[in-house]
Amino acid sequence: MAFWIASSPHNHNHTKTPNLMRLVILATIPGVFAQWYFFGWGNLIHIGLAMITALLSEFIVLSLRKKPIAHHLLDGSGLLTALLIGICLPALTPWWISVIGTLFAIVIVKQLYGGLGHNPFNPAMAGYVMLLVSFPIQMTLWQPPLSLLTVDLNFANTLTTILTGFTVEGYSVEQVRTSIDGITMATPLDTLKTNLGLGFTVLETITSPVFGENFSLGWEWVNAGFLLGGLFLLTKKAIAWQTPVSFLLSIFVCSFIGYSINPDANPSTMFHWFSGATMLGAFFILTDPVTGATSNKGRLIVGALAGLLVYLIRTLGGYPDGVAFAVLLCNMSAPLIDQYTRPRTYGHAKGEK
Amino acid sequence: MESVIARITRGQFWDFHGGIHPPEQKTLTSTKPIKQLTLPKQLIIPLQQHIGLEGDVLVSIGEHVLKGQPLTGSTNPMEVPIHAPTSGTITAIKMSVIAHPSGLEQLCIFLDVDGLDTWRKRIVCPDLSLLSNHEIIEKIADSGIAGMGGAGFPTHIKANSKPDINFLIINGAECEPYITSDDLLMMEQSIAIVDGIEILDRLLSPAFILIGIEDNKPKAIKALQQATKDNEKIKVCVVPTKYPIGGEKQLIHTLTGQEVPAGQLPIHSGIVMQNVATCFAINEAVRHDTPLIRRVVTVTGQALNKPQNVWALIGTPINFLLEQCEVEAIENVKQPVIMGGPMMGFSIASDIVPIIKTSNCILVPSKKEMPSAFEKESQEVECIRCGQCSDVCPSNLLPQELQWSAKAKDHPQLQKLNLSDCIECGACAYVCPSQIPLVHYYRIAKAEIREQHQLDLKAEKAKVRFEARKMRLEKEKIARQEKNKKAAAARKAAMNKATPEATGAKSAVAAALARVKAKKAAQENPEVTKPVDSAEVSTVEVSATEIVNDQKSQVAAAIARAKAKKKLKEASAQQSEASTTNTEPNKISENNAETEQPTDQKSKVAAAIARAKAKKKLKEASAQQAETKNTETEITTVTENTIGKETIPEKSISEKKHTGKTDLAKAGKHNSDTNIDTDTDTNTSDISDISNANITNTNDIASELVHAAIPAAIDKKAKMAAAIAKAKAKKKLKDAATKESAAILLNEDKKDSN
Repeated sequence: MAFWIASSPHNHNHTKTPNLMRLVILATIPGVFAQWYFFGWGNLIHIGLAMITALLSEFIVLSLRKKPIAHHLLDGSGLLTALLIGICLPALTPWWISVIGTLFAIVIVKQLYGGLGHNPFNPAMAGYVMLLVSFPIQMTLWQPPLSLLTVDLNFANTLTTILTGFTVEGYSVEQVRTSIDGITMATPLDTLKTNLGLGFTVLETITSPVFGENFSLGWEWVNAGFLLGGLFLLTKKAIAWQTPVSFLLSIFVCSFIGYSINPDANPSTMFHWFSGATMLGAFFILTDPVTGATSNKGRLIVGALAGLLVYLIRTLGGYPDGVAFAVLLCNMSAPLIDQYTRPRTYGHAKGEK
Repeated sequence: MESVIARITRGQFWDFHGGIHPPEQKTLTSTKPIKQLTLPKQLIIPLQQHIGLEGDVLVSIGEHVLKGQPLTGSTNPMEVPIHAPTSGTITAIKMSVIAHPSGLEQLCIFLDVDGLDTWRKRIVCPDLSLLSNHEIIEKIADSGIAGMGGAGFPTHIKANSKPDINFLIINGAECEPYITSDDLLMMEQSIAIVDGIEILDRLLSPAFILIGIEDNKPKAIKALQQATKDNEKIKVCVVPTKYPIGGEKQLIHTLTGQEVPAGQLPIHSGIVMQNVATCFAINEAVRHDTPLIRRVVTVTGQALNKPQNVWALIGTPINFLLEQCEVEAIENVKQPVIMGGPMMGFSIASDIVPIIKTSNCILVPSKKEMPSAFEKESQEVECIRCGQCSDVCPSNLLPQELQWSAKAKDHPQLQKLNLSDCIECGACAYVCPSQIPLVHYYRIAKAEIREQHQLDLKAEKAKVRFEARKMRLEKEKIARQEKNKKAAAARKAAMNKATPEATGAKSAVAAALARVKAKKAAQENPEVTKPVDSAEVSTVEVSATEIVNDQKSQVAAAIARAKAKKKLKEASAQQSEASTTNTEPNKISENNAETEQPTDQKSKVAAAIARAKAKKKLKEASAQQAETKNTETEITTVTENTIGKETIPEKSISEKKHTGKTDLAKAGKHNSDTNIDTDTDTNTSDISDISNANITNTNDIASELVHAAIPAAIDKKAKMAAAIAKAKAKKKLKDAATKESAAILLNEDKKDSN
C-alpha cells in the first residue's frame, strides 16, 4: 500500500465552476424560450453567432497566453457571456454586431485582464455597452413581437435579415419593423421615453400596441421567464439572494415613489419590473460573482445601487434602458464597497476588524 | 447568566456563522460496539504526544517494564509523562516517524510486548473524599492525561486553574464526519464519564456544567441524560448538527452566546472546556490508578471491510489496526490514510505511525467515496469570487480575500484580515467550486508570517548587536588613535631627551661624522691607507644600521659624504665646523621624528644631491670659483623659494645637467628610485612633496652643500671614498625602501602628499 500525502480537507462537496456556469446557462432556458416565442428566431441566431465567436476567440487568446485550452475553454464562462450578449441584442441587428460585441467582451474585457476571475467588468455588459455607444443605429433595430408584424418572420427570413438586412421576400429591416399603420415600432421602454418626451402622459402612451394588455407585450413574459430561471438558481444556491432581492426592491421603491408623485410621467412599478432587461439583470448579470461584491452586505448595497441607477437612467437618462450601464457602474464600485463591508471576525470587537 | 441557562433548558442555542453539512458517514462505525483488540507485537511510543515538553526517559534499552509503568518523567509542569501500555521489553529508543502532517520523526520508545499484560502495582481509590484536590491533580498529572480532543493540552494545567469559572463545558459534539469514538464512549461509558466530570466539578467548582452533544447521536444523549439525572448541575445540551460546532470557540458560542475574544483563551472568559474522552481518562486515573495507556479510535472508511471503533493501546502502529479492520488490498493507487477526520485530519506518511493520545480516527477512504483525496494534481482554477467560502466560514473571515493576499504574500493585509483567527476547519475549501486548497494556502501563509516574525526579531537583535559593535569599534579606534598619539609624543620626547637610547642614536651620527672628518684629516696625511678608509666607511654603515631610523642614517651618510668632500676641499682641522655639523644631525633627527615618511624621499634626494654635488665638485676644476658662486646663489634661491615647491628638484636636476652628462643618468636613476618608493605618479610631484615636507631640512642640506662647494684641492682618494659612500648609500636606500613600505602608514602618506 502506497501512502499518499495530501492537505486537509480531504473531502469536497464536488461543486465545480463549470457546473455552476452550466447551471446558469440552463436557467436561462425559460427566458430564451419566451423570447423565441414572442420575437422569433433572431436572438437564437445571435446567441449561436456569439457562442461560436466566443469559443473561437477564446481559443485563440488562450493559445497565445499558453494556457490549458480545454480546461478554460470548457468552463462555460465564455459561453455564458456569449449567451447573455445574444439575449440582449436587438433581434434583427446585423450579424457582425454580435460578432464584434462578443470579440470585445471575450478578448478585451475578459482575457486581456487575465481571464475568468480577473475581469473587473462584466464582459457581456461591457460588450453590450460598447456596441450601444459605437453602433447606435444597429443597436436600436428592436423587433416588435411577432403578433404585431405584417411580415411573416420565419427562421429563413430572420436569418437573411440578420445576414443581409433583407428578408427572403426582399423586405428591409425598417419595413419589417413598421406596423400596419405605418409607424416604426420600438420597445415599450423606448416608446415610453419618446412619447413622454413629446408630452404624452403614461396613460396615453400605453395604449400603443407594443404595451399589450398588461405591461409590455412579449417583454413581460420574457422577464417572467428569467424570473423563473432566477428562482431556480436561488433554490440551487447557485447565486446569492441578496443581489436580486435588493435590486428588485430598489427598483420597486424608486418607481413606487415616482409613480406616487406623478403617475402621468412615471410608469408603474410592475412596468419597471417586467420590461427591458430587469429580470435578466437581476438574476443573471448582477449576480456575476467575479464582478460583484463578495460580502453579503456588499451585495445588498450593490443591488440597491444598481436598482437606483436603472431607475434614474430609465426616467432621466438618454437611453431607454439602463441595466447595462448600471451594472458597469456597480462593477466599478464593488471593490470599494467590499472594502467597507467586511464582516466582523469572530472574537473581534465591532470597531476593530 | 440565568437567561443562558433558561435558554438551554428550553433547548435554544445561539447559532454561529457559517458551517457546513458534509456527509456524516458515522453509521459505518456507530452501530458497532468498541472492540477489544489482541495485543500487537510491538508498540512505538513517541515521547511527546501533547503540547508542551517531552520528559526525561526513565527506562533503558533491554529493561523489562510493566503495564502502566511510567517511561518518562519530569518536574516541569508542561511535561506529561508516558506509560508502558502493556508489559514487555524496551528494545530501542530511537527516532521514528510519528503522526505529523509532514511525516516528522521523533524520539520513540520501542516496546516489544511479552503478551502477559502484567500490571504494575495499582492503588484503587474508591472514596475520593479521602483525597485532597492537590492529590487529585497530582494523580491526573502523573497519569499523563492530555486533551484527547485533538490539541493535547496538559489536562492537569486546565484542571488546576481556579479563577471564577462560570462554565465547565464538556465537548461531546464530535462534529467531524466519520468519527464516532466519543459517541461510542458516551454510549458505553456514560457513568465513568460523569464520574470524571464530577471530579472536574470538584476541582474547578464551576457555576454550570454543560455537555454539548450534536443531535445526531441519540443513543449517547440518552445514555448521558440517564447518567446525569441525579445531578442537577450538569445539563446535557443537544446542539444542532453542523460542522464545525465541535470547535472550542464555536461550541462556546453555541452554548453560551459568548465569543472568546481574539488572542485570548476561554479561561479568560471563565470557561473551561474538556473533551468527554478526557473526562473518562480522568476518572480512570483518579479512581482506578490507570494511566492514559489506551483510547478509543475509530478505524473507518470504505476501503476497510470491518470499519469499527477499537480500544487501541497508545503506540499501536497503524498497520496493526488496519489489519484488524481488514483493509482491502489496494493496488496501483496511492491510498490516503488519514489520521483524524476528513476535514481536519492529515494524511500519514507511513504505516508504522503509532496511535497517540490525541488520535481519534484512522480514515481509509475508497476512491469512490472521497475522490478529491486521491487527486494527484490540484484541480484548482481561478477564484470567481462567488463568496461561498465566506458564507461557510465559522470565524466570519473572508477566505477569498485571504487567498488573494496569501498568494501575493501580502502579510500585513493577511494580518488585517485576521488570518490568525482561522481555525483551519476546512469548510471554505470544502465548498470552493474552484477547488482551491484554501486551508493549505493559509497554513503556508501562517508559517511564513511566523517565520518572518522570528526573522524580524532576529534582525532586531542583530541590529542592536551591530550598533553595539559599531560603538565599540569607534571607541577602540579613538583609544587606538589616542594611544598612537601618545606613543608618537613619547618617541619624540625620547628623541629629544637625553636618554641613553636617544643619545646613542645621536652619537652614532656624530660618530659617523667624526669618523668622516677623521678620514678627511687622514687624507691630508698620506700615511692613512685606503683599507682603513673603507673600513671607516663601513663602520659608518654599521653604526647607521644600529640607528632605529634608517632614513636618518641615510641622510647622515649623505651629509657625511658632503661633509667629507667639503673637508677634503677644505683645510685639515677645522674644529669649529665640526661642531656645526654635529648640530645638524640633531635637527634632521628632529625632523625625522616629526615626519617619518617623507624623510625617506628627503634622504634620497639629499643623497642624490650630495652625489651630484660631489661629482660636480670632482669634475669641475677648483678654479671655477665663479661657477660655484653661481650654484651657491642658485641653491640659496631654492632654499628661499622652498614654498614654490617645484623649484628645488628642477634646479637640482638642472644643476646636475649642468655639472656633467654622466651624472645625468645617475640622477635620473635616483629620481626613478624615488618614484618607486613614493608610489606617486610624477616626478615633480614627488619631489615637491618632499620639499614641502622638509623645507627646513632641505634648507640645511642646501646650505651645507653650498658650504661644501667651497673650492678645494681634488684628490683621487677623496673621489674613491665618495664613490664607495655613494654605493653604500644606494644600498641603504634600497633597504630603507623595503623596510619603509612595510612600516609606512598609508594614511599619513596621503595626508602628507595632499
